[in-house]
Amino acid sequence: MSYTTQTQTSLNQTGDGSRSEFLAFTLGQEEYGIDILRVQEIRGYEPVTRIANSPDFIKGVVNLRGTIVPVVDMRIKFELGTPTYDQFTVVIILNIAGRVVGMVVDSVSDVTTLVPEQVRPAPDIKTAFDTDYLIGLGTIGERMLILVDIDKLMSSEEMGLIEGMAA
Amino acid sequence: MTIDMSQFYQVFFDEADELLAEMEKLLLALDVSDPDSEDLNAIFRAAHSIKGGAATFAFNDITEVTHMLESLLDRIRKGEMALTPEHVDAFLVAKDVLTMLMDGHHHGASVDQAAVDSVCQRLKALSQGQVDASAAMATSAPEAPVLEPVQTEAVPTQNAAGEFCYRIELPEASQKDVDALATELGLLGTIVQEKLGDGRSAFMLTTTESQDNIIAICSFVLDPDDLKITYAAAPQAAAPAEADSTTDETSADVAAPEAAALNSQVPPAKQEAPASAPAPAAEAKNLGRRATDKEGSGQESSSIRVGVEKVDQLINLVGELVITQAMIEQRINALDPIVHERLLNSASQLARNTRDLQEAVMSIRMMPMDYVFSRFPRMVRDLAAKLGKKVEFITRGAATELDKGLIERIVDPLTHLVRNSVDHGFEMPENRRSSGKNETGKLTLSAAHQGGNIVIEVSDDGGGLNRDRILDKARQQGLPVSDTMPDSEVWQLIFAPGFSTAEVVTDVSGRGVGMDVVKRNIKAMGGTVDIRSVPGSGTTIAISLPLTLAILDGMSVKVGDEIYILPLGYVIESLQPVAADVKEIAGQGKVVKVREEYLPLIPLYQIFAIETQFTEPSQGILVILESEGKKAALLVDSLVGQQQVVVKNLESNFRKVAGISGATILGDGGVSLILDVAALLRSGRQLNANPVFF
Repeated sequence: MSYTTQTQTSLNQTGDGSRSEFLAFTLGQEEYGIDILRVQEIRGYEPVTRIANSPDFIKGVVNLRGTIVPVVDMRIKFELGTPTYDQFTVVIILNIAGRVVGMVVDSVSDVTTLVPEQVRPAPDIKTAFDTDYLIGLGTIGERMLILVDIDKLMSSEEMGLIEGMAA
Repeated sequence: MTIDMSQFYQVFFDEADELLAEMEKLLLALDVSDPDSEDLNAIFRAAHSIKGGAATFAFNDITEVTHMLESLLDRIRKGEMALTPEHVDAFLVAKDVLTMLMDGHHHGASVDQAAVDSVCQRLKALSQGQVDASAAMATSAPEAPVLEPVQTEAVPTQNAAGEFCYRIELPEASQKDVDALATELGLLGTIVQEKLGDGRSAFMLTTTESQDNIIAICSFVLDPDDLKITYAAAPQAAAPAEADSTTDETSADVAAPEAAALNSQVPPAKQEAPASAPAPAAEAKNLGRRATDKEGSGQESSSIRVGVEKVDQLINLVGELVITQAMIEQRINALDPIVHERLLNSASQLARNTRDLQEAVMSIRMMPMDYVFSRFPRMVRDLAAKLGKKVEFITRGAATELDKGLIERIVDPLTHLVRNSVDHGFEMPENRRSSGKNETGKLTLSAAHQGGNIVIEVSDDGGGLNRDRILDKARQQGLPVSDTMPDSEVWQLIFAPGFSTAEVVTDVSGRGVGMDVVKRNIKAMGGTVDIRSVPGSGTTIAISLPLTLAILDGMSVKVGDEIYILPLGYVIESLQPVAADVKEIAGQGKVVKVREEYLPLIPLYQIFAIETQFTEPSQGILVILESEGKKAALLVDSLVGQQQVVVKNLESNFRKVAGISGATILGDGGVSLILDVAALLRSGRQLNANPVFF
């Protein structure tokens, strides 16, 4: 499908001096950012088909124009508040290494461009994410984005989305 | 054997055409001084595959040429012989001869037997290491008459004889070479030799041939860059001739006008007795193939070959359409049927049309395995007869439907496996008798849906694989092996490139290329190959392919709020049991008595942790399933319906889920999971004891 092609071009530009764009979203009280090139689309939450005996943060699978796509709820995964599902619930459809995954978050705000100077290494603070999965902290004026290495996170063994992954 | 093999000819021709084109492409791209071994292997495999196919259809002439080609390629591939331009030329000529033979079989075009023979000789000579210019020239001779009648035919208005006069200045060369060249060129027309100063020579040649062809001939002896060819007379005659020939409609898009004009006339030319006139350039021949292809295409209009992506796209679009249609239907059902009668009528017509369309589109891709299986009886019979073996050929599950894309790609691997089985698998009748077996071996080819896969097995009841011999051979080839390797790993060794335990290379098998191809092709399809072998009682090679786009007849069942699909093939019956027929076995779960048979009960709600109000078997429905000879009763709440579903792969974006073979999209756009019945039955007992399944 044509819309997957662009995201295939792997670039994780935070380290190499060029500007990168991040999609900002919130989970609980925190604001996170992920590489915009990994985002295929943003959709509303639709009822999923549960997969038996899978961890509870894997909500199930949905039909995305003929493709079966698993949906994970980050709020459950990272224990951030009580997940509710209504017409405002947002699913970010990611395309990671050719695989399509849906990710439920509290809300999506905007797309921001960050230059490397705005990105600080992640301190060893307590966030919901393991620091292994963080690129750093992005600052835009008063805002602070926790930049997540979404490739690493989604292909990690912890997420259990990919079989036989050597994380 | 009453199967009409001709129904499969088209497939073979199509495949062979592709393989030949591929071979040609690789040959032309080949760097003679430093050939890429992967390319050589690919060329070799192409030749091997054509040989296999040709043998299946008993096109012995094609088999013969490819066998020679293959022998030579094999030596080059193994580094026993250095690749030279002569080899490449010979291969290209062989390729053209193959195309001609193919055309002969396909369209009944006449075949120039002398060309076939000469190319065989040429290949043979090359494989014996004799490469001399005259042999090369003589053998390529049959191509030459292609040219002669052509210009006169294509451009009849040309000047009297249609001849041009060339002046060819040669660089310094030995008198012997010059004489040889003069003789060769003399065959094209009238030649006058003259001596220039400083030891060089020049020819005045009056001929109908094009300059390219002259260069091609000279290049057997001399470096064509050192040649100086000028039109000694009537150069203006050549130009209009070329211009005329481009107007020839069959060749309008072929780049080189001269070559095109020549090639559009190929078949009549081939009927000419082959004179010993020398050959045109390789490019001219290649163009010739294109021209002949074009002729063929006129007769093949009953089927078109379309890219798989296009079909997939179509299927996806139709899937979307079906879902949209279902949505409309749901909305419309809320309307007053009297007020909106006409709208409702149209909607139901839309529903019907959509369904028909979906079926039609789906059927594009699905074909029964029979399509593949029925090619083999003849091949097995011929092979067995050739090898003096007795083989009975049995097929099972020929009605199993498989995606067309997969069917086409499974043909080659299966051909190799069947040939291998007949050649290596079975013992000679006397050996079989002495080891107490039936003289006639049984070769079984079977296909079945199993779990989320289609499993195609080739089994023979022959001698089995010889572990020691495989290990020895592997060691000789420097593969890392040890005596303590498990059997399954040892068997996998036979898939290594170039591996063969056969003592003698025959044209049936033994080069070790087959298994390499098999593994490669199947891996490319996302499948796996397993070998089970027991010394003395036979070998089974099981190919397991994912059911990426298989359609299956499914029965939808409901448990709690969830709907699952059961592949109908596993379902025997469904019933509501009487409470008295359900017995508890301590620590083992429950069994149910169905027609004097006790079947283990698999409560789906328990396995999948579904909340449901029906936990007692007598409240729900039992679906009796059978797989691999085992039966069990699956407890569900209710049956929903029966429908054809498209199997979608769960693993493409997710992981394998125990007990689930795939997913499908329901009419309302929702996803439903397809149960992996075989796995459920296999592990049904453990499941009862230990409901945590993951």
